[in-house]
Amino acid sequence: MSFFTELDVSVIAPSLPFLWTGLKFTVTLTLIAMSGGIILGTLLALARLSPFSPLAMAASWYVNLMRSIPLLMVILWFFLIIPLITGYPMGAETSAIITFTAFEAAYYSEIMRAGIQSVSRGQVFAGQAIGMTYAQTMGHIVLPQAFRNMLPVLLTQTIILFQDTSLVYAIGAKDLLKAAEIAGKNYNRPVEMYIFAAVIYFVICFSLSRLVKHLQSRIAIIR
Amino acid sequence: MIEINNISKWYGQFQVLADCSTRIAKGEVVVVCGPSGSGKSTLIKCVNGLESFEQGDVIVDGTSVGSPTTILSKLRSRVGMVFQHFELFPHMSITENLTIGQIKVLGRSKDEALQRGLKLLDRVGLRSQAEKFPGQLSGGQQQRVAIARALAMDPICMLFDEPTSALDPEMINEVLDVMVELANEGMTMMVVTHEMGFARKVAHRVIFMDHGRIVEDATKDDFFGTPRSERAQLFLSKILSH
Ligand SMILES: Nc1ncnc2c1ncn2[C@@H]1O[C@H](COP(=O)(O)OP(=O)(O)OP(=O)(O)O)[C@@H](O)[C@H]1O
Ligand SMILES: [Mg+2]
Repeated sequence: MSFFTELDVSVIAPSLPFLWTGLKFTVTLTLIAMSGGIILGTLLALARLSPFSPLAMAASWYVNLMRSIPLLMVILWFFLIIPLITGYPMGAETSAIITFTAFEAAYYSEIMRAGIQSVSRGQVFAGQAIGMTYAQTMGHIVLPQAFRNMLPVLLTQTIILFQDTSLVYAIGAKDLLKAAEIAGKNYNRPVEMYIFAAVIYFVICFSLSRLVKHLQSRIAIIR
Repeated sequence: MIEINNISKWYGQFQVLADCSTRIAKGEVVVVCGPSGSGKSTLIKCVNGLESFEQGDVIVDGTSVGSPTTILSKLRSRVGMVFQHFELFPHMSITENLTIGQIKVLGRSKDEALQRGLKLLDRVGLRSQAEKFPGQLSGGQQQRVAIARALAMDPICMLFDEPTSALDPEMINEVLDVMVELANEGMTMMVVTHEMGFARKVAHRVIFMDHGRIVEDATKDDFFGTPRSERAQLFLSKILSH
């Protein structure tokens, strides 16, 4: 009982601008890792499906490697090792963006691979039969349909990505969680700040998952 | 126009095509029939290189399909093909289905492609459906659009792989009518079908396949009059008895 009565929500309003900067980074990181991850992931999927086996093997190796290592370790390693190799220090935010894009690409590529395989061979034949090249058939016929079929799954993966961005906390990048921690320390009210951050994560994820449901029913109608 | 010279094809140990040869002259309509699994689809797909083959060669309008120096996409843009399951692009409107090849492959302007597309749509009697999507059309309508899509590329010949066998009976004729008209205009056509009425009406020759071989390659009158092989006789009596 005393836990709730002792909560002081009045500290939230003055820290909103600061929390907002954190949320902005979280959202930016999510959007960049999503777009970059989907583009890279699509290329990886095409590589895995290509008849040229060294390329297919390299892509498959990359995807399986990324999917077998905990994300937190990838984030930490990349942040610590890259400066040692290149000799230049890299900001936590930049490092996070690169790591997340590279890591999520592995997951998005599995989704896009399933999407590409969901498009029938007859569609490929039809594209080729009117004289399209491999690239044109992929670009105009197969990938748009693969993307459309997989949209709900891609979005679901993005929700997971959005939640996982909080792991950048470990390298000190200033995301929503980090901002909440700092604000909590400033006002000496960590519990309120963490709860508020959790509410923001929840509201965004919940809205997105409603969107996924909506899309799923629409795609079911199109089919 | 189309020369098929001794082609053979294997799937692993299984021989799908065995030493198949035939010629289709300009303006000729050739019907290919035979039991399921006899290799008809495989043979017709070899003509525009959608399927590869291990032996022999196919020459289309002087271009060798099997030659590694042939740019297959170039060749295919000149050979129209219609599939059993229509294969319209479901994420594009009917208009886009008709124009994408003209724009991306032939390099026509959007306007030119649209004019050509609508003209052909008119021809197959579907002008009013231009803005719809494939999923909103009946099977017969989709197949007519698919024929128009192939014609939009101004092909030198047309390949049909069982264009009516996925259709409800009442829609078969609307598609056959378009094909008959095309044949009467002198289009070179290779048609895999079991519609013997169509064959009787417009075919010049009939090819009968069995187990990957061309068993019979005869003029229409010879084929329907006195098929030489027993297999063809049996096959004919079966499908004509329906
Ligand atoms: N990708 C493949 N791998 C192995 N075998 C195949 C493959 N595609 C086709 N076949 C086999 O090749 C044979 C010929 O197939 P094809 O589709 O050409 O026959 P078809 O005469 O068109 O038959 P249908 O009337 O059923 O369409 C069949 O026995 C089929 O099972
Ligand atoms: Mg077939």
